[in-house]
Amino acid sequence: MSDLKEFREQVRAWLEENCPAEMRIPMKGFDDACWGGRNYEFASQAQEDWMRAMGAKGWTVPTWPKEYGGGGLSKEEAKVLKSEMKRIKARSPLSSFGIWMLGPALLKFGNEEQKKKFLPPIARGEIRWCQGYSEPGAGSDLAALATKCEDKGDHYLVNGQKVWTSYADQADWIFCLVRTDPKAKKHEGISFVLFDMETPGVEAKPIKLISGKSPFCETFFEDVRVEKKNLVGEKNKGWTIAKYLLTHEREMIGGMGGDMRPLSEIVAGTVGLEDGKLADPMLRAKVAQTEVDEWAYMLTLNRKLAEAKAGASLGADSSMLKYYGTELNKRRFELMMDAAGHDGLEWEGERSNDGDLARMWLRTKGNSIEGGTTEIQLNIISKRILELPGA
Amino acid sequence: MAMLLNEDEKMLAETAEGFFADKSPVKQLRTLRDNRDDTGYDKGLWQEMADMGFTGVLIDEEHGGVDMGFMAAGLIAEQMGKNLTASPFLSTGILAATALKQGGSKEQKAEWLPKIASGETIMALALEESRKHNPKATNMSAERSGNGFKLSGQKGMVIDGHVADQMIVVARTSGEAGEMDGLTLFLVDPRTNGVSVERTQMVDSRNSARIDFDDVEVNADAVLGEVDKGGEVLGAIVNAGRAAVAAELLGSGGEAFRQTTDYIRERKQFGVNVGSFQALQHRSAHLYSELENARSAVLMALTAMDTDAKSAELPVAMAKAKLGQVAKLAGLEGVQMHGGVGMTDEYDIGLYLKRIRVAQELFGDANYQMEQIATMKGY
Ligand SMILES: Cc1cc2nc3c(=O)[nH]c(=O)nc-3n(C[C@H](O)[C@H](O)[C@H](O)COP(=O)(O)OP(=O)(O)OC[C@H]3O[C@@H](n4cnc5c(N)ncnc54)[C@H](O)[C@@H]3O)c2cc1C
Repeated sequence: MSDLKEFREQVRAWLEENCPAEMRIPMKGFDDACWGGRNYEFASQAQEDWMRAMGAKGWTVPTWPKEYGGGGLSKEEAKVLKSEMKRIKARSPLSSFGIWMLGPALLKFGNEEQKKKFLPPIARGEIRWCQGYSEPGAGSDLAALATKCEDKGDHYLVNGQKVWTSYADQADWIFCLVRTDPKAKKHEGISFVLFDMETPGVEAKPIKLISGKSPFCETFFEDVRVEKKNLVGEKNKGWTIAKYLLTHEREMIGGMGGDMRPLSEIVAGTVGLEDGKLADPMLRAKVAQTEVDEWAYMLTLNRKLAEAKAGASLGADSSMLKYYGTELNKRRFELMMDAAGHDGLEWEGERSNDGDLARMWLRTKGNSIEGGTTEIQLNIISKRILELPGA
Repeated sequence: MAMLLNEDEKMLAETAEGFFADKSPVKQLRTLRDNRDDTGYDKGLWQEMADMGFTGVLIDEEHGGVDMGFMAAGLIAEQMGKNLTASPFLSTGILAATALKQGGSKEQKAEWLPKIASGETIMALALEESRKHNPKATNMSAERSGNGFKLSGQKGMVIDGHVADQMIVVARTSGEAGEMDGLTLFLVDPRTNGVSVERTQMVDSRNSARIDFDDVEVNADAVLGEVDKGGEVLGAIVNAGRAAVAAELLGSGGEAFRQTTDYIRERKQFGVNVGSFQALQHRSAHLYSELENARSAVLMALTAMDTDAKSAELPVAMAKAKLGQVAKLAGLEGVQMHGGVGMTDEYDIGLYLKRIRVAQELFGDANYQMEQIATMKGY
């Protein structure tokens, strides 16, 4: 216990020295997040300093082992770090598919060489990853994926197309599901490979979304050469890795937006109070309902994380958290739009910060689609947790 | 926050689980109901609960209890909810124990707490006067008379009212309906002149009563706590009640859900198990998610009660709101997914639907709690 106390003091002092003032103001939206990468344009020097300092310390990934660029902290120490960061309202230094998705999968399924090579640059924010899972013919039915990967002796050759690849146009590397055995049953001919997005034959074309932004792409592969040592796990056994990674992705999506301002505070800011009550009684009731549900959900998220071992996957419960958390987040933004009324509908101009709220509201609609739709999560709960027949 | 049970708590939960499954399965409630039992609860069970320390779970050792706190009380209540156990645990072990602990004088504590812990005395809280829970609206009058008070008015939804050896009565000594100030709590023996008790048969086959007070004379030492300042103690009592009922609802809702998933796993139509239909799967998966959240809410409320009961009001209200809704959904979906047999008296699912309907109403339904929550949070 006293060790933890000492640790807390050290953390506090270190943060005091290394967390720039600008990084202690809450992020306004997704655009304030820091993604890192080879060609990343930092929004400010402070943003870069903060990421580099935390990366060097391994505190971007506090519980990863030190030899792979992590902080080597125990679960309790990581909690201390988190609470100390929260105390000074420090921003997350790095948003990263490498941290949320690939890292945990590599820690579990990667060989020593792969872990040594790929994990430290993830921790330091030097290499940005994207996720090559979905294809035009393989969305919910992900295992139907058709991107071909042929064994050419000393290397693999990849041909095919991915879609909805978030940030493919900005990512340095991709973790990609490919079909290595077209004759096997659909789950048994899939492999998990890694390659550089600058490899000849890779092309990413941004797709414009309903929010007006283009965070994701169609990604094409034409005779892309992949080194054999970049196959993770066994050939044709990639599905297990793919699913494991998804549980981490779902946990992350489910937990997103957790530390935002209370909904009632946001709504009161636009609707106003009369006699100490939200001026719109119907909205007031809905806000109270949503706050109760958010509270219980956040407690559940923390409880499930506390129950799991450090760094371990939550298994099928990640589907429950993903399902409930994303539906809640959508509800929250619907209420924020209800509260904002006409003002929330502005799409351009300074007053609305170029339609910030409307665009975020639209973005949340993807929460219950990305990482496996709500319906797919409910299927998984039915099958894996409730053990219902035929699910 | 301690959202995980420690070893002691795990052990207690296991003990309680085995105890109630063994000693008071749903069958017991059916027997009490079908025999039109005069008391509506099993005296033998109540004595065994006392021997186990359950009745004195909130009572300190000095007064014969085991003083294990609210997490423990909640774990017991959850198991009772799971088995639909009819017993005076809520009225006596939770409400009366809290009332005496918070408001009782040294003498009152010494007289009653040991009797609650030993299972000797059953106590009931006479609070409600109208359709819905609304402590502020208390209208029943207590006028000074001689060296004591004279009580007049009607109470309803008095849990275990017809078997109580002693009642805690909420009455107004000053002020007007709508104010918490001016309420006073009294310890009243139901055999006092002017008290008439009517047992009310309720939808859940559990004990309740309507009680008339017609110029009932009590001594000044019948006052529990301070005159006119009963509101605070009453707040603590209903808060404790909400926390315990939320825990009970977790047990009932969870069990209704378990029975339902078991049923749809086995029942065949169209040549397949009905549980293979996605329409039922998705609703079940949603309910599973809600029940997980409900469990977290209850754990947090109980933890908060053990930390500081006063500041626990908000989490307890939130947990009661959540459980009222989630357990209700479990009951409703339970009957629907059972199909025709869900409507029969033979299947237990209907008993869960009925008990949940009653429990969610106690000490304020979800709408009531939501109103309180918004007010407490300042919006
Ligand atoms: C914002 C965003 C970012 C994304 N980022 C990435 C990324 O970086 N990398 C990547 O690989 N992919 C990404 N995706 C893709 C995402 O994983 C897929 O869109 C998702 O899996 C759904 O596939 P689909 O779009 O083909 O929809 P479909 O599978 O065609 O689904 C259409 C509808 O049918 C329902 N449905 C399908 N199957 C069933 C079933 N068995 N039971 C009941 N209902 C069913 C679905 O729930 C949905 O409502 C992203 C998507 C979004 C929205």
